[in-house]
Amino acid sequence: MLSQKTKDTLLGPLNANNPVVVQILGICSALAVTVQLKPALVMGIAVTIIVAMSNVIVSLLRNTIPMRVRIIVQLVVVAALVTLVSEVLKAFAYDVAMQLSVYLGLIITNCILMGRLEAFAMTNNAWDSLLDGLGNGLGYAIILVIVAFVRELLGSGQLLGFQVIPQWCYDHGYENCGMMLMPAMALILVGCVIWVHRSINDKEAK
Amino acid sequence: MEHALSLFVRSIFADNMIFAYFLGMCSYLAVSKNVKTSAGLGVAVTFVLVVTLPVNYLLQTLVLEPLHLEYLSFILFIAVIAAIVQLVEMVVEKYSPSLYAMIAVNCAIMGGSLFMQQRIGLPAVDPKAITSLGDAFMYALGSGLGWFLAIVCLAGIREKMEYNDVPKPLQGLGITFITVGLMTMFPNRCRDWASRSSPWASWRWRSCVSADWRSNRRTTL
Repeated sequence: MLSQKTKDTLLGPLNANNPVVVQILGICSALAVTVQLKPALVMGIAVTIIVAMSNVIVSLLRNTIPMRVRIIVQLVVVAALVTLVSEVLKAFAYDVAMQLSVYLGLIITNCILMGRLEAFAMTNNAWDSLLDGLGNGLGYAIILVIVAFVRELLGSGQLLGFQVIPQWCYDHGYENCGMMLMPAMALILVGCVIWVHRSINDKEAK
Repeated sequence: MEHALSLFVRSIFADNMIFAYFLGMCSYLAVSKNVKTSAGLGVAVTFVLVVTLPVNYLLQTLVLEPLHLEYLSFILFIAVIAAIVQLVEMVVEKYSPSLYAMIAVNCAIMGGSLFMQQRIGLPAVDPKAITSLGDAFMYALGSGLGWFLAIVCLAGIREKMEYNDVPKPLQGLGITFITVGLMTMFPNRCRDWASRSSPWASWRWRSCVSADWRSNRRTTL
């Protein structure tokens, strides 16, 4: 259905060209919202939507934007989209919006957006840009979900707010690892994800 | 005055942008390969923060709040940041050509503005409250200095680490993350201490990660 090139555009960022662990983009929010799975999921979806839409808009505008002011134009497009998404979230998922607080606004300065707009949307047509945006957004979301899964499971014994580790484990002396809730563990876990990712990909390359 | 001073010290250590809120992480990781460049970026970020935050404070209190236009704050703040960074770039162009995108898209500046916006609404007795232009300035200066210290520390460690025998897949980015993770643990102890009356009472590890700490974390995230 899709040609090889479009397939690469869409699926490349999920693994081999992942925005977080390979391109080091969008780290700030990736670390801050991963204490629990739910805000991480919402954040991942929000970023995916915003990257895809801003990619399409900028790609459509690419021939009319003067080069000198392109960064400001891109920032305004992104800021408008983020405002929309944050108002929608405040209306329909108020508690999650409050949990994400400023990190929702920080999607504007998420380097994935500017990186993709500069590197891809400015030189490609709208359809490819849409796929590229979706791929990168999902690649970001995957890392968020992996880190948040580990942190919530080990840190509070829950997933999406439901108790996963049964009570009898606690009765027999199992304890939640409070350290997982500390900001430091987000960094260390992303470090470990990078480690695993690289060792696997290096092996494949050989 | 006392309040502004406490705000200043808090924003350097306890509320450090990197270690407590992960703000400006992208450029923090990308530029921290050597001390000299990272010090340059640290100074630039501090300068932009000090100029931008008071401007955004005035916008928020004199324009957005009276007109109930708070939902426009994202667009307005980012426009102010982009404009100011452009000005700064004209000045420093000779020394560092490609700082523009680096700072304009730096979450530290936007994050500083958004955290300030949150803190403006706090009651005046709260130690984190920003109630005047002077407070906003001190908060900006402290946050910038905290960011500067953080990036210079990491650059110093990374320069030393060049000579260490790090497993190959972990080299570069991976080990940097883990280093920053370990560095983060110290300022978070400071945060703990700052939020308690008797600093040494919290020395025991278990008490630090107990329910009390967790509730603390939830409210700040």
